[in-house]
Amino acid sequence: MAVVSQVIGSEWTKIRSVRSTVWTLGLTVVVTVVLGALICLLVKNDFGSMPARERLTFDPTNTAFAGMGLGQLAMIVFGVLVVSNEYSTGMIRTSLAAVPQRGTFLFSKVVVATVLAFVVALVTAFVAFFLGQAMLGPDLRVALGDPGVLRAVFGGALYMTLIAMFSMGVAAMLRSPMLSLGILMPFFFLISNILGTVSATRKIGRYLPDQAGQRIMKVVLTDDVPYGPWSGLGIMALWVVAALVGGFVLLKRRDA
Amino acid sequence: MIEAVGLTKRYGAKTAVHNLSFQVRPGTVTGFLGPNGSGKSTTMRMILGLDTPTAGHVTIGGHPFRKLPNAPRQVGALLDAKAVHGGRSARQHLLSLAQLSGIPARRVDEVLGLVGLQDVARKRSKGFSLGMGQRLGIASAMLSDPQVLLFDEPVNGLDPEGILWVRNLMKQLASEGRTVFVSSHLMSEMALTAEHLIVIGRGQLLADMNVKDFIAANSAGFARVRTPDTEPGLAEKLTAALSAAGGQVAPEPDGALRVTGLALPRISDLAHEADVRLWELSPHQASLEEAYMQLTQGAVDYRSAVPPQVPHGAVPPQAIAQPPGMEPQGYAGGPPAGVPGPYAGQPGPFPGAQPQGAPVPGPYGAPPQPQPHPQAQPQAPAGPPPAAPADPTQQHSEDAR
Repeated sequence: MAVVSQVIGSEWTKIRSVRSTVWTLGLTVVVTVVLGALICLLVKNDFGSMPARERLTFDPTNTAFAGMGLGQLAMIVFGVLVVSNEYSTGMIRTSLAAVPQRGTFLFSKVVVATVLAFVVALVTAFVAFFLGQAMLGPDLRVALGDPGVLRAVFGGALYMTLIAMFSMGVAAMLRSPMLSLGILMPFFFLISNILGTVSATRKIGRYLPDQAGQRIMKVVLTDDVPYGPWSGLGIMALWVVAALVGGFVLLKRRDA
Repeated sequence: MIEAVGLTKRYGAKTAVHNLSFQVRPGTVTGFLGPNGSGKSTTMRMILGLDTPTAGHVTIGGHPFRKLPNAPRQVGALLDAKAVHGGRSARQHLLSLAQLSGIPARRVDEVLGLVGLQDVARKRSKGFSLGMGQRLGIASAMLSDPQVLLFDEPVNGLDPEGILWVRNLMKQLASEGRTVFVSSHLMSEMALTAEHLIVIGRGQLLADMNVKDFIAANSAGFARVRTPDTEPGLAEKLTAALSAAGGQVAPEPDGALRVTGLALPRISDLAHEADVRLWELSPHQASLEEAYMQLTQGAVDYRSAVPPQVPHGAVPPQAIAQPPGMEPQGYAGGPPAGVPGPYAGQPGPFPGAQPQGAPVPGPYGAPPQPQPHPQAQPQAPAGPPPAAPADPTQQHSEDAR
């Protein structure tokens, strides 16, 4: 196990000594929080003119996370860069020459990046929640102690962490940062949303990682989705496991 | 000690390394020579367990790298000096590598001082020159103070001072009893740095021998003879006379004659007897670089569109006698000190040359000796290295530079 702690120490040095870490994670916080707060402010001002049905099913918690759709893209970039930097710079050969146990290497890298992503996501989720509720004002806001709210906020942090992990797995499989981002960004920003909205593909679309995982951030559940918040997160976790196992198997078998 | 046995690597239809067997011994600098794309880097990666061989195996100290206990503390490697994250400082880069192998941080500052990068240690490596990057790569290889060191093209981009530094560093590391394996495509550099040479071309072993033997076997002397241009018949007349006396004569591109197998005074006497005036009669020595070019000529993958003119002395006499189209495999894995069999397969650049018994690659003055194993039969075991000039190293050191 000495090797694991060595690799974790090394990965921590690597992750904190490049600027892309600060940029991507900083952008995640700023975009998610600011966008969520803005949308909450808009909703508060327009609430009176909204249709009755929407007013009845209004979810103040989820509205505060409205910036996450965009903020997660920065998280994806973080996850992709952490892994694919090794390949684009050629460091992977030096790294694997020093740690011939490739599984240990990938595992330690993912652990370090995941812990960091989780801390940032946790801060993001709580700040976005409190700022969003402050913007919504005393009439619309909910408290952290209300039923389901804490689960949704904490779940929001888990969701973002899983997004980062999924990106790491995909990047480990594809190696190239451009290819990984070129697939992940449009997928999470466009394709998944389209598949989840179009009625023909809706039943499949809701089993995609982000569609399933986002359910945990909802407090007011109105749709007919056949799984609950935690099951949704579980489905997302299965995607993450699949991506990471795929990345591990390829790393193990491939020439570096 | 690094040992490769039947090492083969194929990428789809392309064979990068074919049936390569060699040993790299501790205590000496072993040069790994070959043109670009000849499989040097692939071999290095296989030694480090990064690429899996298609066939054969390579071990370090008896273990494959990935099963070597405490591998990063035993083996240090510079594969690609550019393989650093440009946004990371030199110190952070080395620190991350040190932590990876459980090396204390103070060693990082030590190696930074060793390679002369202490002043830029906290600068981002993006702004490093090629030479600084190379030094950083060498520092990373030496981090763990390993017993086995691999360097892939370490002098690339270094200035003369840096080249000298690397050369002395390699020698010093070897003198401490370490195994030092250095690849290069520059024969001249290796002639000064390495004691032992492993030469490959197109992924196959061309030579595995001591540098001294390589020099003795490959840098043959010859005489350049020029007859007056104004009288065209003289050259033919002299050629006939010299051939009759047992010399080998080949025309040079500029109209001069290249004569091997006859001493300079003898050539002069023969010319006098044949009543041929001479405008030039000069001794020449083939340089190592030329010998190496000749050796690898058939094994170069990426060649300039216009082949460079064969320089003076580029053709060791053996090459002349070779019928083209022979496979060099017969020699792969031959005795390390053997005759440079790989010349088989080199089309002789002078088609008019004598096909029978190859002349001895001795000095131009040495009498011709019968070759015990005609080189036209590549399967025959290689004979002992033929008579060489008294001290070839001394004589060629200038050429090699």
